[in-house]
Amino acid sequence: MTYVKAVNAALAGAMRADPRVVVMGEDVAEGGPYTATAGLAEEFGRQRVIDTPISEATVCGVAIGAAQSGLRPVLEIMYIDFVALALDQLVNQAAKAHFMSGGQLRVPLVLRTQGGAGHRSGAQHSQSLESWLVHTPGLKVVMPARAVDAAGLLASAIADPNPVVVIEHKALYFRREDVPDPVEAVPLGVARTARNGRDVTIVAFSRLVYEALEAAEQLASEGIDAEVIDARTLVPFDLEAVLGSVSRTGRLVVAHEAVRQGGFGAEIASAVHEAAFDLLRAPVQRVGARFTPVPFSGPLEDAYVPGRAEICAAVRATLVS
Amino acid sequence: MTSRATRPHRLAAKDITLSRWRHGFKSRWGCQQNRGCADPADRGATNAVLGSTWACLRGADWAVSNPERASGPGATGEAVTALELLGIMWRIRFFEEEVPRLQRAGLARGLLHLSVGQEGVAAGTCAMLRRDDLLYTGHRGHGHAIAKGVPLRGLFAELMGRLDGVCRGLGGSMHIVDVEHGLMGATGVVGGNIPLAVGSAMTARLGAREQLTVVLFGDGAVQTGYFHESVNLAALWRLPLVFVCENNGFAEFTPRSAHTTVERVCDVVAPYGLARQTVDGSDVIAVREAFGVLAAAARGGEGPALLECLTYRLRGHYEGDAQKYRAAISQAEWRDRDPIARLRRRGVSEGWFTDEAAAVAEGAAKEAVDEAARLARESTAPPLELMERLVYAQLEPA
Repeated sequence: MTYVKAVNAALAGAMRADPRVVVMGEDVAEGGPYTATAGLAEEFGRQRVIDTPISEATVCGVAIGAAQSGLRPVLEIMYIDFVALALDQLVNQAAKAHFMSGGQLRVPLVLRTQGGAGHRSGAQHSQSLESWLVHTPGLKVVMPARAVDAAGLLASAIADPNPVVVIEHKALYFRREDVPDPVEAVPLGVARTARNGRDVTIVAFSRLVYEALEAAEQLASEGIDAEVIDARTLVPFDLEAVLGSVSRTGRLVVAHEAVRQGGFGAEIASAVHEAAFDLLRAPVQRVGARFTPVPFSGPLEDAYVPGRAEICAAVRATLVS
Repeated sequence: MTSRATRPHRLAAKDITLSRWRHGFKSRWGCQQNRGCADPADRGATNAVLGSTWACLRGADWAVSNPERASGPGATGEAVTALELLGIMWRIRFFEEEVPRLQRAGLARGLLHLSVGQEGVAAGTCAMLRRDDLLYTGHRGHGHAIAKGVPLRGLFAELMGRLDGVCRGLGGSMHIVDVEHGLMGATGVVGGNIPLAVGSAMTARLGAREQLTVVLFGDGAVQTGYFHESVNLAALWRLPLVFVCENNGFAEFTPRSAHTTVERVCDVVAPYGLARQTVDGSDVIAVREAFGVLAAAARGGEGPALLECLTYRLRGHYEGDAQKYRAAISQAEWRDRDPIARLRRRGVSEGWFTDEAAAVAEGAAKEAVDEAARLARESTAPPLELMERLVYAQLEPA
């Protein structure tokens, strides 16, 4: 099953199990540009698979109002770049409703979106913007790498009583993997060890998990045994899993596709420094994109997107000291 | 859509019966509507999980459980209704006049936006709603909350940041929520919750509930994209939603004419085909009449509506605003604008109530407000651990 088909299966499963679940967004009744919602309108009708105008800010607010009134909306924002339009709603309404109401309101909203570069889509359709979201108390943020996690984390997100942003990656949509049918829920906030190793820990999420695994294979040929942790959820973050690994390896590299400056990797690095400075045998290294918009031109975009080579270089840097 | 109302709308007893939507909701969704919730901090939260679950639980006997509104405006005759409206407006007026005193005493802090002069809109709209009807308001929402039945003590305590506040002191003046009374949100981002009202109305529609959603906002919010996008969606989906604009002529410090070429908010929504009416917001009877017609139509499936109430904000944008941008109102003009004085004059001259009865209503409102303010002072600050605990809602027990 492909990653996007797994997302589709999770949506269909949730809609079958709970009549409060509705899917909203631009073109969702037609399946969307990546077919994530294909077939849902046919099975559940257009009352529950709701096409919306290109009004991201307001539609996000509509989903919040529906969520706090009794529905469980799964809102699709077609590209994470457009989440910028909905940030006011996410940050000022969804994230704070439970808190500001003294616990009276709940916003069981899922915002599905996808990000990432590599498709020659230009600077407004290729970004990785999770850092904007992880800085807001009240939101949960999920970035699955595998199809099984894309489905399982989405199932958990729909069941969660809080607003959860699920960030898929467009370059992963058509990877094929085995996914159990029906979908099995994967708990939010639990990282996964994707590869065991002794010498260095690489923490990655979304597409960079695959780059980290490839880097680990290459490093193995150099005699370096890397452990790879797929964070899966950024908020709440499974710091225990990372600390457990670092306690064995003493070295840490954090890798993401987002711009390095102000990226979530800085948060992980800082948290590990604070909690386990005496375990570290070298400074934590960060891998992320350079501080530019995503370029359109092919050679430039290929150079922009961080991957295996950058991760290998970062790992070697931890081994110098 | 300007002359359909010929007499004040009244709620009939059948309107209060909720069994119809309850059955509709259950058969349509076929799901369990209520689950236990052990955490007292989550009071009401379980209710919000299923929209009007609280109404499902309490709706049938709301009139009994809420002695403040046992008869309900319009339920027992025009004279009583007008007197009740007068009492509600007095409660709002006395509440708002107490707030600056609490502020000077250092008890109510932060940004306080008062609605003195605009009581006619609150009473003429919010007090016409059923308990399970959903209401959204903005930063100037104390009056709307009071008219919807939110307890005065909980409001005062909320403004004072106390544990007995309706939001346990975590919301404040601009973020009053009382799910039990259908007040689903108040926003400090102007226009920011107009879309949420669309979402609540959408939920009512999908659940086949006979439930109305009302959102109140000022004329400043009309210049937001949220307003235009929300009106578009509400019209497109023919939602049971009434937009109520309090047009007091000022967006914060700036006159409307400096922000837009469109003088009347009703003209803004004309292309969307909304039912709409502009009324004198200082005339609570006119507000009630116009709102009643629009609300009944929206509730009955005829689509959303907009009520524009031309009103006057007696005080500044917030408490402490020096108001250098406008001249003080003359006594004569205030006498004409004050919705309370107007209803009192008219009620007595029309024979709806005696001047003595009006004085009693005024005294009762003053007493209720003073008592609530006194009780609110007795409440303590919320415990520090509450702020950590309420960032995320917990999963309901299976």
